[in-house]
Amino acid sequence: MKRLMTAFVAAALAMPATAVEYGTVDHAKSSLSFTSKQMGVPVDGKFSKFKVTLSFDPAKPQAAVAGFDLDVASIDAGSQEANDEVVGKQWFNVKQFPTASFKSSSVKALGGNRFEVSGPLTIKGKTLNISAPFTYKADGKNGVFDGAFVLKRLPYGIGEGPWADTSTVADEIQIKFHIVAAAK
Amino acid sequence: MNETPAHYTRTAIALHWVLALMIFIAFPVGLYMVDLRLSPEKLQLYSWHKWAGIAILVLALIRLLWRATHRPPALPASMKRIEQIAAHAAHHLLYVLMIAVPLVGWMMSSAKGFPVVWFGLVPLPDLVSKNKELGDLLGEVHELLAWGMALIVIAHAAAAIKHHFLARDGILARMLPFLK
Repeated sequence: MKRLMTAFVAAALAMPATAVEYGTVDHAKSSLSFTSKQMGVPVDGKFSKFKVTLSFDPAKPQAAVAGFDLDVASIDAGSQEANDEVVGKQWFNVKQFPTASFKSSSVKALGGNRFEVSGPLTIKGKTLNISAPFTYKADGKNGVFDGAFVLKRLPYGIGEGPWADTSTVADEIQIKFHIVAAAK
Repeated sequence: MNETPAHYTRTAIALHWVLALMIFIAFPVGLYMVDLRLSPEKLQLYSWHKWAGIAILVLALIRLLWRATHRPPALPASMKRIEQIAAHAAHHLLYVLMIAVPLVGWMMSSAKGFPVVWFGLVPLPDLVSKNKELGDLLGEVHELLAWGMALIVIAHAAAAIKHHFLARDGILARMLPFLK
């Protein structure tokens, strides 16, 4: 009986994944967070308003597309004082640039459940190409995508003037995304 | 009971003055930095203040241990009983506050969501989880305790000066050996 069970489980695992194309993003379960370093101190923050568009078939990752539009003013930079500051001109200049956006130009498989998405990221009116590795796993009917990458803030002009001093606020910002999407 | 020594140990004297100097710097920096508009300087001052605070906490604990294992010289018999009680009470309170003020500051930093990284190198654990209301409350307590400490320090220094110039009982010279 035990052997039969083992054989059954092995067969189930060996079966090719059923073709599913994820595309309906559950924004309530998805998150976009970041960690900045201030005087060597990691400070967590997040954005609460963003819209992710996604089309991902694990069997055809190279055909996947992904993108997001982000309401920059929805930032929580860790404290009220920081929130008031970072919407200003020297940081995100939210009045002039209320939205940050990303559009994938390629997705490639890195082996196993790991992938990499690349494409132009626009923040504060500047567009630069970025790449971010991410993992995919099926969770019931949903696909869960988790990725992290390091974004340098200075090329985007995030933190100008006295804030350009990276000995106080580091240039590197750790970005994390967690996206939950159901089939299209 | 062992006989009380006539002098403080050199370690006790060094700990006293190093802590006095650090508290003398950390207190005004703390008062100044809180009202600053957010800037890189403000972040730097906050970090330096926290680094100094943790150093004060560590040194105060070492000092407490030293005090527990090394008997200080007795107060002069010429002091009235009430003066002796006041002096001992002030010393005890200063020990409590040298530990409590930085500890509450550390808790406040944790509650406000800013971990303390000592000298930018040693990450310290968060004592409480992020909670804005608790952070604000701990901030009030930290400030109140620091002011209380400032008042006791003033009384402590005033008493030392009075002993030196009015009572002339050599008490200050126990902590400042070059006065002898």
